[in-house]
Amino acid sequence: MGLGVDVRNRIAKRAALEIKNGMVVNLGIGIPSLVPNHLGKDQNVMFHAENGIVGMGASPKQGEEDENVCNAGGLPVTVIPGASYCDSSIAFGMIRRGKIDVTILGALQVSENGDLANWIVPGKKVPGMGGAMELAQKAKKVIVVMSHYDKAGQSKIVKNCTLPLTSAQCVDMIITDMAVFHIDHDGLTLREYFSTTSIEEIKTMTSCSFQIDKDIKRIIV
Amino acid sequence: MKNPFGKITTVEHVMDFFHDGMSIMFGGFGGIGSPPTIIEGILKKDLQHLTLIGNDTGFPDIGIGRVVKEGRADQIIVSHIGSNPIAGKLMSEGKLTVEFCPQGTLAERIRAGGVGIAAILTDVGLDNEMVTRNKPTYTLEGKTYLVETALTAEISIVYAKKADSYGNLIYDKSARNTNPLVAMAGNITIAEVEEIVPLGQLDPDEIMTPGTFVQYVVPSQGVNWKWVWE
Repeated sequence: MGLGVDVRNRIAKRAALEIKNGMVVNLGIGIPSLVPNHLGKDQNVMFHAENGIVGMGASPKQGEEDENVCNAGGLPVTVIPGASYCDSSIAFGMIRRGKIDVTILGALQVSENGDLANWIVPGKKVPGMGGAMELAQKAKKVIVVMSHYDKAGQSKIVKNCTLPLTSAQCVDMIITDMAVFHIDHDGLTLREYFSTTSIEEIKTMTSCSFQIDKDIKRIIV
Repeated sequence: MKNPFGKITTVEHVMDFFHDGMSIMFGGFGGIGSPPTIIEGILKKDLQHLTLIGNDTGFPDIGIGRVVKEGRADQIIVSHIGSNPIAGKLMSEGKLTVEFCPQGTLAERIRAGGVGIAAILTDVGLDNEMVTRNKPTYTLEGKTYLVETALTAEISIVYAKKADSYGNLIYDKSARNTNPLVAMAGNITIAEVEEIVPLGQLDPDEIMTPGTFVQYVVPSQGVNWKWVWE
């Protein structure tokens, strides 16, 4: 993604504020996996994995990995007290039935009305959707964390996605290295921005128009 | 150990059921919960033109990924190939046909096949032409759904922690994943297990797959690949 570790953690820290006590949360790979590091110690959260875990904990110490306790990315994890295992059908039953409070995932493009493209670049990269469609379409709240623009300097927040959609009108919130946007029936609204940038710069770097919240907040970095 | 149902056998014996051009459904997620000894048997038998059905193509040297890497499959039905770059390469060279299916839909198609249901209706994937292509839709109470057909296979291969001699299975932690579903969907289901115990040694309440679905049980010779983090 090309963002430094400090910037990635800044995005993850802001995303962590959206997680409330008692929630069931599914995290994608990359920046989303940094989110648990920014949760309060007293927060009770159940992390869900599509491969059949509710209640994932931290990474195990080196040498203490169990090959049969892994996350959806195939990496070893631990489980917390109260955790459960289930088969893939049940794991996705939870998603489709709307039991996942928040999903935090990466994206290639997000449109101003919340369309999400995050799994295919035709002719280049076709890894498969995995569980992204179910999560994007069915989680109660979908938060995208991503760099504001791609390697070519193109805005990843767009008027209309040019890449095939994972799901239409599903994204509720976008957190980038520059700003925090909300998307609802009123469209795309800039609510917060990091002190490393300015509203003018965000306007320049975003390829669609957006509203600016009357209570816009500057996050001091 | 007594073998009253004749289900306990060897990998060498079950390999007799495998042939070129067949469909094989495999349990596992990123290789975790895939049966290493049976996969080794498939590699040794030099099977060709396989259709593979399962969650993903593992990694090039982990799980079913090894079979894909050697070009043994013509067609795969999976949700993800991202962790196995060789699968992507074979696909772009036209040597491998890949049907991508959303992961939860795939699990449910396998479950449907396993429990004798012809298809499921779902709204997942309606926004993507790659998912909807050539599939009928059905309108129910004003809402549109995709008709996703059930999946079965000539042989299902699964990995479990324990079996008794009837083939009742208990899986281990997150290695359960797709295994209980895949176990139901094979015309013949072969379970590779870490431990085989006599009848009566498993608590009936703890059995995850009833042996009714399992035709053969073979002892595992252990995982013969290195995990990604190693």
